Amino acid sequence: MNGKTDLETLIEMMAKLPGLGPRSARRAVLHLIKKRALLLMPLADQLTRVGQTVRECLNCGNIGTASLCAICESDKRANGELCVVEDVADLWAMERASVFKGRYHVLGGALSALDAVGPEELRIPKLLDRIAAENVSEVILALNATVDGQTTAHYIAEQLEGRIAVTSLAQGVPVGGELDYLDDGTIGAALKARKAV
Amino acid sequence: MDWREEGVVLARRRHGESGAIVEIFTEGHGRHAGIVRGGGGRRMTPVLEPGNQVDVAWRARLEDHLGAFTVEPVASRAAVLMADRRTLAGLNAVCSLLSFALPEREPHPGLYQRTQAVLGMMGEGPYWPIAYLRWELALLEELGFGLDLAACAVTGSVEGLAYVSPKSGRAVSEAGAGAFKDRLFPLSPALVGRGEGSVEDLRDGFRTTGHFLRTWLAPALGDRPLPEARQRLVDLLTR
Repeated sequence: MNGKTDLETLIEMMAKLPGLGPRSARRAVLHLIKKRALLLMPLADQLTRVGQTVRECLNCGNIGTASLCAICESDKRANGELCVVEDVADLWAMERASVFKGRYHVLGGALSALDAVGPEELRIPKLLDRIAAENVSEVILALNATVDGQTTAHYIAEQLEGRIAVTSLAQGVPVGGELDYLDDGTIGAALKARKAV
Repeated sequence: MDWREEGVVLARRRHGESGAIVEIFTEGHGRHAGIVRGGGGRRMTPVLEPGNQVDVAWRARLEDHLGAFTVEPVASRAAVLMADRRTLAGLNAVCSLLSFALPEREPHPGLYQRTQAVLGMMGEGPYWPIAYLRWELALLEELGFGLDLAACAVTGSVEGLAYVSPKSGRAVSEAGAGAFKDRLFPLSPALVGRGEGSVEDLRDGFRTTGHFLRTWLAPALGDRPLPEARQRLVDLLTR
């Protein structure tokens, strides 16, 4: 025993969550205690349940509670389009938009010269296997517009060159964006990708 | 302690939830690291992409402290170069080699100017691979491993130079090579600023600089392997 009460341990653990520090963790714990029946107990039950069942989808790398996630299980999503994202958070962002109706492939990161992350550290070999096995007609590279993200995109495009259609997300002015506040790189990319109106 | 200068972002690592530790290459202070508060946030992330030109103010209580940077964007090179796989690979190779090879806080104004020039040439025309190759020579030279390609190591002649000795790093003429020519590297015209930068010239040039980066520079830095980004660029330019 290190002399800490359960409550102190809980606050310490909550303080490790992103966006929370010791002070905000104390507030959150206090709030949970005040709403014991409504919030604390259901949260504890749910955490236990998710802790026991959560797993990575064997096919795409998404997070789910079965060996295949709901997207990979659904036949409706097998439309031949495969969207490649870096992280599960990116997959969730795409799903929030409710525009893409195909399947996903989560790489688990991006190639990084600095951190010595190579293709073997990512799920790129699995991506190539899936393209062969799942009758994929188009791969959409939805990778971050960062040096690492685009290095990964070019690497994958190179691997798939001549085998399948490979596209990537457009880069430019965000919806609601004002030109005055954009960096010169974004304005340059937007100008290069201009379209007829 | 404080200073203010322009520099090139070499690398960024997340630090905590919203901060970043950034390496910047400046003319007067060399490769210098510092914390950027908010450097992991949405506003600063595009500014701190490798290759971008920034105006930085560094401040620390003591000289040997890591210190904190205040960063203002000057030019978004990364956004321009990432559209093409070759220039992106070039950008990655420059930044990762500088990060790999330069000692911290040691000014290399000559190399800084060469770096500015090569990054400026990328995406501007077809000849930047030659400039990059010669930048690798400049990197070797700046760190004390310069090659001598001006005259033949055997005969002293400045005419008919055709090889580079993998041992001495000196040029060797056709006449001076004699029976040892199979053991020498062909002297790529690109290394001495001639030719159009054909695939063969670049291949020979990269073979030479790669050899000396591996056998001279890397052992002096603890025998770490060269950054993979360089090999990726070489593969793209020489296939």
